[in-house]
Amino acid sequence: MTKILVVDDSNSIRDMVNFTLKSAGYDTQDARDGQEGLNKAKASSFDLVITDVNMPIMDGITLCQELRKLPNFKFTPILMLTTESSGEMKLKGKAAGATGWLVKPFNPEKLLATIKRVVR
Amino acid sequence: MSIDLSQFIPSFLEESFEGLELMESSLLNLEAGDNETIHSIFRAAHSIKGGAGTFGFYKVTEFTHLVETLLDEMRDGRREIVQSDVEILLGAVDCIRLLIESARDEKECDDEKIIQTSKLLSQTLHNENTTERSEESIDQNLNSDTSDEAPRHHWNIEFLPEHQLVQTGNDPLLLFNALAELGELSVQANVDNLPPLTDMCAEELYLQWQLTLVSSCSEQEIEEVFEWVEDECQLNISELDTLNKENNNQTPVTIASENQVADSTQFYLQNTTPETPKEIKNSSSKNSSTEKTAAKKVEVSSIRVGVDKVDSLINLVGELVITQSMLSELGNDFNLDKVERLNAGLEQLLQNTKELQESVMRIRMLPISFAFNRFPRLIHDLSKKTGKSIELIIKGEQTELDKTVMEQIGDPLVHLVRNAADHGIETAEVRLANGKPEQGTITLDAYHQGGNIVIEINDDGGGIDRQAVLNKAKEKGIVDANATLTDAQVFDLLFEPGFSTAKEVSDISGRGVGMDVVKRNIQSLGGRIQVESQQGKGSTFRVHLPLTLAILDGQLVRVGREVYIIPLISIVESLQVQNELINRVSGDMVLYRLRDDNVPVLPVYQLFNLPANNTELSNALLVVVEADGQKVGLMVDDLLAQQQVVIKSLKDNYQQVEGISGATILGDGSVAMILDIPGMINIALQKAQYEQKQLEQEVM
Repeated sequence: MTKILVVDDSNSIRDMVNFTLKSAGYDTQDARDGQEGLNKAKASSFDLVITDVNMPIMDGITLCQELRKLPNFKFTPILMLTTESSGEMKLKGKAAGATGWLVKPFNPEKLLATIKRVVR
Repeated sequence: MSIDLSQFIPSFLEESFEGLELMESSLLNLEAGDNETIHSIFRAAHSIKGGAGTFGFYKVTEFTHLVETLLDEMRDGRREIVQSDVEILLGAVDCIRLLIESARDEKECDDEKIIQTSKLLSQTLHNENTTERSEESIDQNLNSDTSDEAPRHHWNIEFLPEHQLVQTGNDPLLLFNALAELGELSVQANVDNLPPLTDMCAEELYLQWQLTLVSSCSEQEIEEVFEWVEDECQLNISELDTLNKENNNQTPVTIASENQVADSTQFYLQNTTPETPKEIKNSSSKNSSTEKTAAKKVEVSSIRVGVDKVDSLINLVGELVITQSMLSELGNDFNLDKVERLNAGLEQLLQNTKELQESVMRIRMLPISFAFNRFPRLIHDLSKKTGKSIELIIKGEQTELDKTVMEQIGDPLVHLVRNAADHGIETAEVRLANGKPEQGTITLDAYHQGGNIVIEINDDGGGIDRQAVLNKAKEKGIVDANATLTDAQVFDLLFEPGFSTAKEVSDISGRGVGMDVVKRNIQSLGGRIQVESQQGKGSTFRVHLPLTLAILDGQLVRVGREVYIIPLISIVESLQVQNELINRVSGDMVLYRLRDDNVPVLPVYQLFNLPANNTELSNALLVVVEADGQKVGLMVDDLLAQQQVVIKSLKDNYQQVEGISGATILGDGSVAMILDIPGMINIALQKAQYEQKQLEQEVM
């Protein structure tokens, strides 16, 4: 089963992403900030990480950089959930090693279509 | 596949209101250079914007976008934090709240304030285009209908990735899968750059691809597939010609690369576009229609409970299980030698039950800061409106209170705090003239006392003018012209309907409606309010509330064969009647002299028409209770135990009965009624009036 880690500080977004993924038959775990996400990533392995950018404690960009340092996560797809569609944000994410991005507002169909593009 | 997210709207709303509260309190405490605070305000706005878009609350998204942009500039240091901007943002927080509320209620919201604030925001941002909407929000799905009549293009795509492309988690194969969904795709790999095996690095990509796609899609759609890797590859997309042939007539056209490509690496990804989307669409519309009928609007209120509380609950249940197994083991083959152990076990069970009950109660408890945290903003606004400088001190904000009580006490507290700011605190000139510091102070305090929570609203203002209150009351005929009243009685007049001593009605308070409502609200929660005031020094309003509405400390009393429960909070004292203190007045009315008071006696058996053991007043037991400032003595047969009882609503299970506020189940399984003291006093009054009339008629 495909295992996905969802990192977002907003309960409602996290719940919705989780719900969407579970409805589509994915196995998920979630975290409320980058640090918690990193801890969960260290404790297990995932096929995909979906993370928000703006979070307390550790933001999504830092999380991405940290994940890429872990041998387990060198090639793991990491998707950034962002509200900004600015090029700057995307470049920042790219530089940190993100695979791609999902632009909010969150749309379940779009999320699932996007996931198909990064996990087999 | 269609996924209905409307079930998450309540949690989004709850979160948004929390976010707004955080924004508000942080803005009030914002100081220049305080980056972490700005960040947290920004994050709150950002979450609201993101969530609102998901649920189609576009007005919220649009408005919050402006707020977020302003905050973003502050966050990046591009904009200085000045008080005027903070004021605009505070106003904007109110607007967002209004917008979210109207989105929740599915109402249109065209409050003037919102238009003005969004103008102000845009002016501040030097941005004239206020209705700018992010393109992405109306971005169409990649797989949107491809109309059959659209001309089909023959796209030639050259994809030359850089070596490290896979290191960001991107996978060319999956990109090709996405392309295959757009139309008929053929892929040829170019292996020319493949190094000898010994030099090959497993983490790098050496292949290049030549793709042909026959599809009616636009060039932009193809670019979107490669959106994430555009900086890590060379991508050349060209159109060969426009075709309008049947699918099966298509032969993949390959250009210029035939000689470079090894046959073994060539593969086709078959296009499945024509059938699948239709199927998906059908099933999804079916799904959503069934979901719509199933998903009725249910208003769910939720409590966020700390993990520690849940953990302690689980821990206690664990102990309960242990006790239970111990007792059941004792029960197997029991003999009298084991009585001591049985008693110990029952003792333990009692302890467990008590702790479990407390623990469950704690789940409903929230720190009173939830009710208090709106006051800094209120005081901030009131200071501005009245031109008075007011400091707010909040104490005891961790004191816990039942959620229902908290929700209902909010408005009365706002009223009291407004009064304190408007009427209590004097203007700076008056204060200075009276030798007080220029800045007035309002203190909010909460603490536990007995089984109650006490909330104090204290101001160091001018205090209540006793004589003015009394004069007004006499003028309005609320009290007799020559009545002499104690301070407490005078201050109690403030809660009389229609009473207001404010010389001028301001738009903050003083319309004469309210104080009586405040008192009624507090009483309906089973609480009471007290006033203390010293002229020139200030006033204190003290609100006593029960910790919870679900459980009540009660005194069990017996009347005839019935057991009733009197709420402990309303009992003043219990006593044995001394004959010489009984005063009979006209009719059936009996007064009992209790120190300086004359207390009317209500025989409960008469009120409820019961056969009682004792119908004689002499040597009877009297429970003196107080409600609405009125003391009465309830005559009962016997005083039983004091215990906590769980309140069961009579209205839900049977119907409302006057004089009874609810019922409970006692330890022996029998049902006992909980007495409603104000209701009983009412019945007694009506009865007296009725009898009086009867008497008058008889005389006539």
